[in-house]
Amino acid sequence: MQRRGSAVALAVTGLFLSSCRSSSHLSFLDPQGPVADLQRLHFLEVLGLLVIFVAVPVFLVTPWFAWRYRYRAKSSAHYAPKWADHRLLNIACWGGPMVIVGLLGALVWGSTHALDPYKALVSNQPALRVQVIGYDWKWLFIYPDEGVASIGELAMPAGRPVAMQLTSATVMQSLQIPALGSQIYAMGGMVTQLHLEASKPGRFMGENTMYNGNGFFQQKFTAVAMTPEQFQAWVRNVRASGVPMDAATLGAISQRTTRAQLLAAVGHATSSDGTLYFSGATAALFPAVVKATMDGTAIKPDAFADTGAKRP
Amino acid sequence: MSPVGILAHPLGRLGLQSLPFWQMLQHPTEANVINGIIATGAAGLLVIGAIITAALITKYRKWGVLWSEWLTSTDHKKIGIMYVVLAFVMLARALIEACLMRAQQAFGLGGGFLSPEHFAELFSTHGTIMIFFMAMPFLTGVINYVMPLQIGARDVTFPRLNSISLGLTAAGAMLVMVSLVLGKFSTGGWFGYPPYTEANFNPGVGPDYWIWALSLSGLGSTFTGINFVATIWKERAPGMKLLRMPLFTWTALCTSILMMFAMPPLTIAMAQLALDRYLGFHYFTNALGGNQMHFVNLFWMFGHPEVYILVLPSFGIYSEVVATFSGKRLYGYQSMVMATMGIAILSFTVWLHHFFTMGQGANVNAVFGIASMLIGIPTGVKIYDWMWTMFRGRIRFTVPMVYSIGFIFLFVLGGISGILLADPGIDYQVHNSVFLVAHFHNVAVPGVLFGLIAGYHFWFPKAFGFRLNERWGLISAVCWIAGFMLAFFPLYGLGLMGLPRRTVSYNQPSYVPLEMVAFLGAILIIVALGALVMQLWVSIQHRHENRVFVGDPWDGRSLEWSVSAPPPHYNFVVLPVVTERDAFTAAKERGTGYQRPETYVDIELPKNAAIGPVLGAIGLVLAFGLVWHIWWMVIASTVGLLAALIASGFARDTTRIVPAQQVQQQQQRWLDAVAAAAAILRFDECKPANAGLAEQEQAGVAA
Repeated sequence: MQRRGSAVALAVTGLFLSSCRSSSHLSFLDPQGPVADLQRLHFLEVLGLLVIFVAVPVFLVTPWFAWRYRYRAKSSAHYAPKWADHRLLNIACWGGPMVIVGLLGALVWGSTHALDPYKALVSNQPALRVQVIGYDWKWLFIYPDEGVASIGELAMPAGRPVAMQLTSATVMQSLQIPALGSQIYAMGGMVTQLHLEASKPGRFMGENTMYNGNGFFQQKFTAVAMTPEQFQAWVRNVRASGVPMDAATLGAISQRTTRAQLLAAVGHATSSDGTLYFSGATAALFPAVVKATMDGTAIKPDAFADTGAKRP
Repeated sequence: MSPVGILAHPLGRLGLQSLPFWQMLQHPTEANVINGIIATGAAGLLVIGAIITAALITKYRKWGVLWSEWLTSTDHKKIGIMYVVLAFVMLARALIEACLMRAQQAFGLGGGFLSPEHFAELFSTHGTIMIFFMAMPFLTGVINYVMPLQIGARDVTFPRLNSISLGLTAAGAMLVMVSLVLGKFSTGGWFGYPPYTEANFNPGVGPDYWIWALSLSGLGSTFTGINFVATIWKERAPGMKLLRMPLFTWTALCTSILMMFAMPPLTIAMAQLALDRYLGFHYFTNALGGNQMHFVNLFWMFGHPEVYILVLPSFGIYSEVVATFSGKRLYGYQSMVMATMGIAILSFTVWLHHFFTMGQGANVNAVFGIASMLIGIPTGVKIYDWMWTMFRGRIRFTVPMVYSIGFIFLFVLGGISGILLADPGIDYQVHNSVFLVAHFHNVAVPGVLFGLIAGYHFWFPKAFGFRLNERWGLISAVCWIAGFMLAFFPLYGLGLMGLPRRTVSYNQPSYVPLEMVAFLGAILIIVALGALVMQLWVSIQHRHENRVFVGDPWDGRSLEWSVSAPPPHYNFVVLPVVTERDAFTAAKERGTGYQRPETYVDIELPKNAAIGPVLGAIGLVLAFGLVWHIWWMVIASTVGLLAALIASGFARDTTRIVPAQQVQQQQQRWLDAVAAAAAILRFDECKPANAGLAEQEQAGVAA
């Protein structure tokens, strides 16, 4: 891995070299997109500020005082049991942290706006729309403009922003791809947003970070950034070979199962690593799931493409 | 449910399948057997422990003493001690659970030995116990013991309410213990977000155990908060103005105010969730107008102030310990008071930082992020003031001081990771990861637990009349500090490597080395707990040579050190008149530390009352009935609860008189001991020569 940065950055990121060697990128300290890039920079900046101005003084002065003023028979140290207040020192004790927090506050105001998960990423390309539904214990990624969907793999063209809408068909969950950027909760009957982008082709670990039951630890997926041509080929392949997204398929997805269990239930091995592909995923599906979860009703048949809706 | 239904199911949902070994017997797969053996072993230990305890009490005929001297006591000191005993029992359980979880994760690459459900129960009980049944009883116990003595009072304002608080807290703790034997505890974590904890996703008894355990203890803590605030407001000795109170009392006041205002949101949230689960309401459901975000808001409106409820008393303890063992006034007293109050107020303005990732706008997140960082200002001031308290002192590295210095280092690191988490841009990354787990343990273990353990060492001689063994104390302290660092620093790294909290197993080989180190740390912490037990044992064995009956083993500064150890039931023969801060140090300097009262008078004290343990017991039965849907039990215990409350309202003769003559005899015995004791310099502090009488140290440069 080529790596530039300060000594602090090296020391902190040294830990993560091992993760870079594995098949997919794990950490935002090994950033693979503009959001994670900014987060890493901001993290190191704030950490550096805090270590230098908060930790180092305390770490130097405390042992010095403790040793200098230790109790012993013959000490050259002055003992002033009633000395307990000093105007200038008090001002320094309050002023120091105020200045540091003031600085941090200014930084945080800027970074919070820059890193707002709802903020669309600046790009000369239109964003790829992905609608994400959290199930127990898998994520369903719907590409409404392409009419396809997947579980276990989030495919995206590198260099093009991904604009996600998220909801949950079950309990609260949180979607994160650390090497690309922020996480956001997915909640039943509600829609949240997340914007990410991969700078170059690669594979990135994605997960749910919010505990939601026995299969929680298996609710992982791989975000795969590819070239635009590869992505087009991927879409064509899914359209051609995916399981038709109909009421029965969605019913199977809605069960409290891990991806492996779902794969067995659907009985359609679409990929060697347990990824599931679906064709005929309409733009109406995501809002229909939001509405059905909010109302506690079944999903309306018109949410499915014609082939699925006509099934008995 | 109809009357017929109640009769048809006299045990509600309770059945053979509720026993921890049932599943293992029915479906003896390898995983079921391993998890069944662990669960049954834990349940067995609990049952056997309870039987042995009961048998020993019976053998030594102590039931009467237990009832009349302890359980029904309204003496704040005894109630305080019982709280701390409860805290230590719960600490042991929760630590063993922590060690099991660390072991599971250390061997969790692609599997491990615990089932996901078992692991989830462990992290849920571990968190619930550590917060509500370890830290809360511990700090409540220490405040109970120390605060009235520090302000020169004879008891708290409402002694019977104090006993009721203890009863309710103990009932909640016992309910969590019962869940070890019958049924399963919640898997929703200590904050149990719905809709995961709603009936449609978790129909079992787990979330109900959690709801009622928290409700019982939450009620107890609310009463405790009211009681302590009233006590500090109304019971201070003459001349004990607010700005003359010891800093520990200040932190007790702030914590109690927080309890009064922070507990109700929790009680409400629990009640709403119970209505959802029991009566089909829709407060927090996905459908039909429910909103889970309301729960999250309510919970953290309690949960964030709760963090400061936990940490403030420890800040107070550190303030007392650092000043006492530096032989010096606390630096910047008024700054410390302002900082404490500032933290208490700010703590209500930051709850949203627990869910930056729930989709608020950037403005809202930024405001709450900066508000959270503001807490760093008063906290930083406190750290600096403790450092300046050591400056120009004469520092003795006793066990409480070792914890305090360890705390200063570690808490700074915990504070730094806290600021990182308070920064929304970074929180979007590390939220819900084990980085967060590392952070809150980094503030909770050195910040809360080390402080409470330091307080235990500091005030133990006051409560029991003899010092704790110093050597075992140091061994334990070193193991705690080193164990903590090994157990939690690796989690920072793992969190940055993308490991979510509550992960039972994982497929990244790169996680294994750090997980192994963390497991070693957990083992070291168990050793630390063992050393604490050993210390208590050794100290009891050698209690006669370490007596400090005169009462001032550490050259203490505040009023609790001005009475015998242990103090008389009524604390003070004559209520002290306070003229300045560090009242006892000032009195010692004037030579008026151990004065003979001119006249003795009768002292009026609260009588024992059974209402505390009775309400606790009924509360436990009621909660048990609710958990298992045993409706006749619910009805009967509700009736019993009302009857007990009404009956106790008719009690008119609630005080007793200690005659002046008895007071005089007791005081005379103590004053004789003072006269006979040799005053010691601090060199001999940890030696048998220390009878609890302090020689004044000279200021300036030592000869």
